[in-house]
Amino acid sequence: MLEVNSLRATADDKEILKGISLSVNAGEVHAIMGPNGSGKSTLAQVLAGHPAFVVTGGGATFMGQDLLDMEPEERAQAGLFLAFQYPVEIPGVSNAYFLRAAYNEIRKARGEPEIDPMDFIDLLEEKVRMVHWGPEIMKRAVNHGFSGGEKKRNEILQMAVLEPRLAILDETDSGLDIDALKVVAEGVNSLRSPERAIVIVTHYQRLLNYIVPDRVHVLADGQIVRSGGKELALELEAKGYEWLTGVAEVA
Amino acid sequence: MIEAYRSAFAALPGGKLPPWLPALRASGMSRFATTGPPSSRDEEWRFTPLGELGRKAYAAATAPERPLTRTAVEGQSFGHPEWPALVFVNGRFAPELSTVAPLGDGVVTSSLAEALARTPALVEPHLGRHAGPDATPFTALNAAFIQDGAFLHIPDGTVLAHPVLLLFLTTSDQGGRATHPRNLIVIGADARVSLVESYRGMDDAAAYFTNAVTEVVVGPRAWAEHTRIQRESGAASHIAFSDVSQAAQSHYRSFTLAMGAALSRHNLHTRLGAPGTEALLYGLSIAHREQLVDNHTAIDHLQPDCRSWEVYKAILDDRARGVFNGKVYVTPEAQKTDAKQTNRTLLLSEAARVDTKPQLEIFADDVKCTHGATVGYLDELPLFYTRSRGVPADRAKRLLTYAFAAEVLAEVTVDAVREELDKVVRERLGIREGA
Repeated sequence: MLEVNSLRATADDKEILKGISLSVNAGEVHAIMGPNGSGKSTLAQVLAGHPAFVVTGGGATFMGQDLLDMEPEERAQAGLFLAFQYPVEIPGVSNAYFLRAAYNEIRKARGEPEIDPMDFIDLLEEKVRMVHWGPEIMKRAVNHGFSGGEKKRNEILQMAVLEPRLAILDETDSGLDIDALKVVAEGVNSLRSPERAIVIVTHYQRLLNYIVPDRVHVLADGQIVRSGGKELALELEAKGYEWLTGVAEVA
Repeated sequence: MIEAYRSAFAALPGGKLPPWLPALRASGMSRFATTGPPSSRDEEWRFTPLGELGRKAYAAATAPERPLTRTAVEGQSFGHPEWPALVFVNGRFAPELSTVAPLGDGVVTSSLAEALARTPALVEPHLGRHAGPDATPFTALNAAFIQDGAFLHIPDGTVLAHPVLLLFLTTSDQGGRATHPRNLIVIGADARVSLVESYRGMDDAAAYFTNAVTEVVVGPRAWAEHTRIQRESGAASHIAFSDVSQAAQSHYRSFTLAMGAALSRHNLHTRLGAPGTEALLYGLSIAHREQLVDNHTAIDHLQPDCRSWEVYKAILDDRARGVFNGKVYVTPEAQKTDAKQTNRTLLLSEAARVDTKPQLEIFADDVKCTHGATVGYLDELPLFYTRSRGVPADRAKRLLTYAFAAEVLAEVTVDAVREELDKVVRERLGIREGA
């Protein structure tokens, strides 16, 4: 589903990704772990088409298409979803309006008719319940005045509504208490299916107790330094990143 | 130019007028003859070049060549058919197009011309006493040509069920002509009123001139929401002065939407003349092409414990220009004043520009007064965020532009008015459904 091949990228002329290769198949959950500054969030954002980064080498395909050649909206329409590490506030536009606009654009791109507004409300209500929220959340402006945890939960709500083929979660677990973490995990697990893939970018092993990955990759200084099964995450938790990076992390 | 206005003044019809009116008109004419039109050397008009408006006299407006039908008016109207509506065509009251059922004991909704003829005693204590001829050269010119406009008299304790619509239409045959609408709104103690004042050109090419003055008197503990919608012809000039006098513990909120006219200027002046009074002023201007849209507000805090809250926003595209000037004046008596002013401009093109100026004059020491102005383009991050959800760039830009507008639209409290405003703004910004 996702093939990343020797990918290099810079921000402000500084090289952050230094040749990353990764293969994610449908039905799989991959975890990308690494210390701060290793490039794991950059990888997530480059795959979604963030304008702050320039790809300087290598490539990436998504469902056989050249991902890097696509606009951010085309990637979303093809089924890629990035849960942002720092979700953006959009005062003035309600969650319901924003999500319906996105939902319909994705349908339109696939040649499907727009959803009936009433049907959309039903769909949204169901997803809102799934993330253990009340209906008032639909009327609130997108992320505006949300707490950090609410913003993360809102990303999961968006993901649940848009039902992507590939969901990339960029540190969705950071700053969450245990209850919120379970809501996030529940949302992600409900999306797991043989047709979908999930990439979890995280600093800690904690979320992986609830979403068990098929593969774990460790990033350091813009490169994957080790890949393994789910036990690699536990080993990292026990030994610390220094074990693989050779550099002690300052917490 | 002054001579031409003078001869038009001399030709004004007399008729059955209260004796004090000719004196008020004459003082207006004489004041305008003294000052002439403002020039760009005048600090108050520095960023607002008047062009033709400062050089030539506009002839008096005439009746439309073809009378307007109700259907034609409906297309240019605002709000719901059940709202009471006073419709003016080319400056004169059109009873056949208006809808005014009796609204309650003592409520008067009529044309100013009719009120001058029938109930001058209700008009005299206020007309020209709040927005006097010396306020600006254009209020003087308006006073000189007082003939018609809307008159509302809302007795103490009255709560109106629906917003009242004042609709000023100018037909396509009025190029080179002027109207001087003069409105007086008197709201009694404890009354609750929603008022919509709408200016509309019937086509987009007529270069006419609207020179409006509206005086609003808000009684003790009264609540008023005053919505002003300027959608004049794209070639027209619109100059307006609104003056609000507030009694103790009254709550006045205004929303000013400016979208039309080649040149528009609105002065909104409110006086918090008694303790515990509140004024909330919101504005949204949307301009493109070569439009210039100017908002000048002045809030006088004259007594203690008053609050004023002001948010004006502008969306400027192409080569449009915006002007904002916000005066807040706090007298030595006005302790515990709470005043906040915000002006935000969104530029959609590199050729658009805005001149924004806060002007705070504070003579009391125990006050909370703040102001802030921002000018900028659409942020890259919200744009990427929206696109990353599948929304194409062009649509995402429109959506975020609408979001910028919707945030201030949300401050309109009367649901039906807010929803109608939302439709007007969405249509202008190319957005199908509301947020």
